[in-house]
Amino acid sequence: MDESVILGIKDLYKSFGGVAATNGLTLDVLEREVHAVIGPNGAGKTTLVSQLTGVVLPDAGQVVFRGRDITRMPAYRRPHLGMARSFQITSIIHDMTVLENVVLAVQAKAGHSYRFWESAIIDDQLTEPAMRALTQVGLETEAMQVAGPLSHGEHRQLELAMVLATDPELVLLDEPTAGMGREDSTRMVSMLESLKGSRTIILVEHDMDAVFALADRITVMVEGRAIATGTPDVIRADRLVREAYLGEDINTAIKSARET
Amino acid sequence: MKSLTLRGWVTLVVLVALALLPVFVSMTGREFFLVLATRLVILAIAAVSLNLILGYGRMISFGHAAYLGIGAYAVGIPVYYEIYNGFIHIGIAVVVSAAFAFLTGLVCLRTRGVNFIMITMAFSMMVFFAFVSIEEYGGDDGLVIEVRSEFGQWVNLENDTVLYYVCFVSLLGILYLIRRIVHSRFGMVIQGARGNEARMQSLGFDTFRYRLVCYVIAGALCGYAGALLGNFTSFISPEMMDWTRSGELIFMVVLGGTSSLFGPVLGAGLFILLEEILSGFWLYWQLIFGIFLILVVLFAKGGIDSWLGRRPER
Repeated sequence: MDESVILGIKDLYKSFGGVAATNGLTLDVLEREVHAVIGPNGAGKTTLVSQLTGVVLPDAGQVVFRGRDITRMPAYRRPHLGMARSFQITSIIHDMTVLENVVLAVQAKAGHSYRFWESAIIDDQLTEPAMRALTQVGLETEAMQVAGPLSHGEHRQLELAMVLATDPELVLLDEPTAGMGREDSTRMVSMLESLKGSRTIILVEHDMDAVFALADRITVMVEGRAIATGTPDVIRADRLVREAYLGEDINTAIKSARET
Repeated sequence: MKSLTLRGWVTLVVLVALALLPVFVSMTGREFFLVLATRLVILAIAAVSLNLILGYGRMISFGHAAYLGIGAYAVGIPVYYEIYNGFIHIGIAVVVSAAFAFLTGLVCLRTRGVNFIMITMAFSMMVFFAFVSIEEYGGDDGLVIEVRSEFGQWVNLENDTVLYYVCFVSLLGILYLIRRIVHSRFGMVIQGARGNEARMQSLGFDTFRYRLVCYVIAGALCGYAGALLGNFTSFISPEMMDWTRSGELIFMVVLGGTSSLFGPVLGAGLFILLEEILSGFWLYWQLIFGIFLILVVLFAKGGIDSWLGRRPER
């Protein structure tokens, strides 16, 4: 069992001005599972993502990725171990084309970029994987367009393409359906579904439909701690979880989570 | 051959005019134009090098003229000690400029925005005052460079036309170099970090180091321009690296169009022509010039280059 843990989080603490955003969080993510992290607003999900990606360093505790302690590793080194993330608020390079955005993601994985002479955008070693990632998310026809003016849904697709282009072992998706309409959201979920089994996915998500459709296991966070981890069925039935969500049943919880 | 756009034509016409200028001068005997054009070309190189960090990397350095000074002193000081070999001069200019960019960049590049502007200016003023205080090399009176750099028997810089062509060919070479850099993997990273640094880091790029390398390249290229400038003016004083000089370089880049390859050349050209024409009209020509610059910044985002049919940015 233990050797299949790809990401181990142990006793993680992080406080901001005396308020503990992460308060002794312990959590194991297994190889190739889709592990959803849910919880009410202010539960510390975003802070968790920031600590896993190295944007914020924990006050105490440990993060171990494939047997390696990465607790204090700088953000820019983590992708080279096989971690990739998407952002809750779309984070792309607006003044570049869609293809250039993804080429940069491929480039990040393809060793150092201290190459000053050959053109990057006509280099098949970069553009072919980039186009593959774009095809995977259904954005290949927009490849040559400047990314900025595209629609929100397309930005989210591009965001995902950039994650896929780095060919990560572990994908951290921070609310991939954030701000999406029903249709786009359904498309995104089926896209994520096609990734299931090929890599480990940590899914931080408000959309309970998406969570229950995708997750192999779910962790419920409340006040910086994991109060329950289990399969969707177990979580659905868990009394603690119900109490955490205002003492109401899970349907109310779903509703309140959607509204935030 | 592809049909040329307006900006393609402008680029071509400007380059051909610069290439043929000495012919015009030798036919009409108006040496003055050669002097003007040499200065234009040298400052164009400086502006193009500044654009690499300012335009493509959004590192708004207010201390770029320091490299002009370092480059010029790299000619002046060896000549003072009767070392006339031009390869040594250029070597010193480039290496010292790169080293200065590296050391200051380690500090500057940890800051952003106004802090970056102020700290680059502070470092350039440090160099300024350092040379003011060194009496041996003339202090603030400056240093006369008695002899121009020697490059063997084939290239004699004492001939003004030869010096001009060396500057012109240098400009072409550096434009080509920057073009390659901008489109390379390295250039993509620099422009990516301009657009969204947090994302670039999350993709796995150590943006600080890429920026530092870019900063060093720009400094070295401007140091090279400085060596040419020292040869051209046959005189170097700390005044050459005053912060107002750095400001002029920024104006040239903004005027021509940031992050456009040829824009800074047009900017440098227009800057020098206007300066020449306006200063002939009125003692307080800077007033008109200032108003003009404000109008450009307000109404021509993207500079001259955007008037030639190119969307601002990229």
